Amino acid sequence: MHVSMTINGEAVSREVEARTLLVHFIREDLDLTGTKIGCDTSQCGACTIHVNGKIAKACTLLAAQADGADITTIEGLAENGEHHPMQTAFWENHGLQCGYCTPGMIMASAAFVRDNPGASEGDIRHYLEGNICRCTGYHNIVKAVKQVADAAAGGA
Amino acid sequence: MSTRIFGSGIKRREDPRLITGEARYTDDIKLQGALHMAVVRSPYAHAKILSIDSSAAAGMPGVRAIFTGADIGDLAGLPTAWLIPDSDLKTPEHPALASDVARYVGDGVAIVLADSRYQAQDAADAVMVDYEELPVVVDPHEAAQAGAPQLHDDVEGNIAFRWVMGDREAADAVFEAADVVVSERILQQRLLPTAMEPRAASAQYNAATSELTLWCTTQNPHIHRFIISAVTGLPENKVRVIAPEVGGGFGSKIPCYPDEALVSWAAKKLGAPIRWAETRSENYLTTIHGRDHVQFVDMAASNDGKILGVRATVYAGMGAYLSTAAPGIPTILHGLLYVGPYTIDNVFCESIGVMTNATPTDAYRGAGRPEATFLLERMVDKVAGALDMDPVALRRQNLIPPFADGHEVATTLIYDSGDYEAAFDKALAMAGYDDFRAQQAQALQAGRYLGIGVTTYTEMCGLGPSQVAGAVGFQGGLWESATVRVTPTGKVQALIGASPHGQGSETTLAQLISSELGFPVDDIEVIHGDTTETPMGWGTYGSRTTPVTGAALAQASRKLKEKARALAAHLMEANPDDIEYADGSFSVKGSPDQAQSIQEVALMAHLAWNMPEGMDPGFEESQFYDPPNFVYPFGTHIAIVEVDPVTGSIDLQRYIAVDDCGPQINPEIVAGQIHGGVVQGVAQALCEGVIYDDSGQLLTGTMLDYCLPKADMFPNFELGETVTPSPHHPVGVKGVGETGTIASTPTVYNAVLDALAPLGVAQIDMPLTAAKVWQAIQNANGGN
Repeated sequence: MHVSMTINGEAVSREVEARTLLVHFIREDLDLTGTKIGCDTSQCGACTIHVNGKIAKACTLLAAQADGADITTIEGLAENGEHHPMQTAFWENHGLQCGYCTPGMIMASAAFVRDNPGASEGDIRHYLEGNICRCTGYHNIVKAVKQVADAAAGGA
Repeated sequence: MSTRIFGSGIKRREDPRLITGEARYTDDIKLQGALHMAVVRSPYAHAKILSIDSSAAAGMPGVRAIFTGADIGDLAGLPTAWLIPDSDLKTPEHPALASDVARYVGDGVAIVLADSRYQAQDAADAVMVDYEELPVVVDPHEAAQAGAPQLHDDVEGNIAFRWVMGDREAADAVFEAADVVVSERILQQRLLPTAMEPRAASAQYNAATSELTLWCTTQNPHIHRFIISAVTGLPENKVRVIAPEVGGGFGSKIPCYPDEALVSWAAKKLGAPIRWAETRSENYLTTIHGRDHVQFVDMAASNDGKILGVRATVYAGMGAYLSTAAPGIPTILHGLLYVGPYTIDNVFCESIGVMTNATPTDAYRGAGRPEATFLLERMVDKVAGALDMDPVALRRQNLIPPFADGHEVATTLIYDSGDYEAAFDKALAMAGYDDFRAQQAQALQAGRYLGIGVTTYTEMCGLGPSQVAGAVGFQGGLWESATVRVTPTGKVQALIGASPHGQGSETTLAQLISSELGFPVDDIEVIHGDTTETPMGWGTYGSRTTPVTGAALAQASRKLKEKARALAAHLMEANPDDIEYADGSFSVKGSPDQAQSIQEVALMAHLAWNMPEGMDPGFEESQFYDPPNFVYPFGTHIAIVEVDPVTGSIDLQRYIAVDDCGPQINPEIVAGQIHGGVVQGVAQALCEGVIYDDSGQLLTGTMLDYCLPKADMFPNFELGETVTPSPHHPVGVKGVGETGTIASTPTVYNAVLDALAPLGVAQIDMPLTAAKVWQAIQNANGGN
């Protein structure tokens, strides 16, 4: 079947098998490999992307379900060559180690803070339940997200 | 500048490629014309393979080939590479595909190669295998009993090895004479390492040059190279193994697995590149598991609180085959830690490696030392209970006094340095231990159950002299090598044989080189992970990369510095003894305006227009470094919990960790290692645990069923440190990759049991889920 969507600002259009998972479409057909696969079942969040501005787990969506959608992946988060504030915060706060959960973690956190400026540490820890990191113990991830949340509240 | 880079928490240079999605992990690499491999896996934990019919599958779209065990006669079985001496070790054959008998759920029986991932999996599902089920045993203690189902004809009674440390009669005599003996059956449950990146392997064979390239998720590409060479028969110099970006390992990416051998074999057989990536379910079924001990432990003490002895019989589940390093984990890396930071004169361990119808086990973060530390710390708390002593006072009384250069303990290890009481006092002060006991008593009056757990630990890491490796049967060396190469324009490439996969070593090691040689840290690249580009090394595990590779780099840097000093003296027509070095600059004593920067010296060494007599051109040095001893980090961890007696749920309120890994090259990275390690260890205490049913089916086979720790289970951690250098290391550093995991499991377990003590609960098998805690409270109350 034919699918068309906008990914990171560019229109794309491909023939795919109907059963093609969105994450495989993004990684294999479009070669945007920043989006990762960690669990296949929506628990770990390594495949988190933005679909029409909302977070979604690309491992349990079909490419067909995203037909016509506006999608942002980790490769499209930076603007004008500048890291998104969440990318910067993860780097500054040592919020990553092996980096495999990081694209999904950043995509999820960026959407969360956009919608919840000034979120508390408890809010952040609760929200991050959908994203699993095995390296950092979450400590510095929470710190990074809090830094951006505080800045977002201050600027509001 | 250069002197302060050591100890500075600079941002990691790894991160820009990781936060943007630009990093390339194994399955991110496309190979033109690649076929995809899917593995047909046994759905039974133990079954005869009567027949395999792949005719229907072979005709399916995109299918290029299907192979069974009968087809891969020229691919040797996977070797076991830690052959414990004096243990009557049996190493059963581990074929890459099972031909006659499948021995665990997930055991591979055939492979399908097809044009796409989906087509390969479709066809794998259509391969018809006729099985005859055999009896199953998954519990290592049960598997060692007479009459248990047998896994391998050549492993009688399923006993793969029986390793004994110490003198049983001497230990028994101490226990018989002791005032107090406490005993417990401790279950070290199976755990799923769960690196966030599942395993993957891709291979390409060039028939014209006879060269195989294997990209795979490995912690030790050089070890993978010689195992792949051994099993395929390809000469080692024709095998190139590349570990691209690797998304965590925690030990699970040390072993060489059937899948990696199979893609290598198939790439040559079919003359096409092959890609394979496991699903998470496959990861949980076939990537090694950790722990799996049933331990019977005793500790003896005198009435005045002197710990007299530790005695244990351990049934260690090996799973269906002996994984690469598996026999070393519940033996050498376990029993030798039985005195921990305490003066204990009598130790005895009998560790029995048992084959079971389960996924093979091997090294998982801490690898043997968490199982030893838990046992010790649990029993110390039990002794304290039996003597009605404060567990903190009991620990303090038995701590080994400070030592700076060697201390031999009863397990024959010679600890390098330690000041256990300093870390202990610091952690207790941070926790406010004495005040907490008062609060705890008050809370109890109000019907609230608070508990505190205090763990003191030391562990051996930085593995470890090669002579020791040989003596304990490790089929390899444990040195590392490194090359520091300076280009004519004064930029540095450091090539290392180790293979970091998330630890931040590219940053830490660059800081180390910068502090030794004075090149700005941003001018130093650390290159790893490709057997063709990098010098030989044994890999990244056992908290050894900073201690061992770091030492090799420090020594190579020092050789370069001496060369630079001699060349600078020659160029400035001065006596080498009159050359002073500071911050990357060589100057003549007494005439400070006469100076040569390290970059200028490097350029002159490359140009070689004016070299001292006998000095070779170029500016590059290599170093092979074999550590003279292990390193022994240590510390004290404290947890404060509250248990809800109505629901059994546990609230981890505070976690304090004081660790001593010697001088810290990058304190932010050290802290990150501790944070992550603590969470993994706490999760063993509170939520993680593999469950097999009686037929050997893995019930915790997805992330939905296996409880991984989440962000909202934890408070912010409170970290402290003390600094006790290792006397034998060039810069005094010790490893810190596993300390958090080693210390935290008993810390939280003991805290929960402390909280439950007023309710009469004395023991619960891990993990301490709310249901189990609630049940234990009910049982202790007699149902009231």
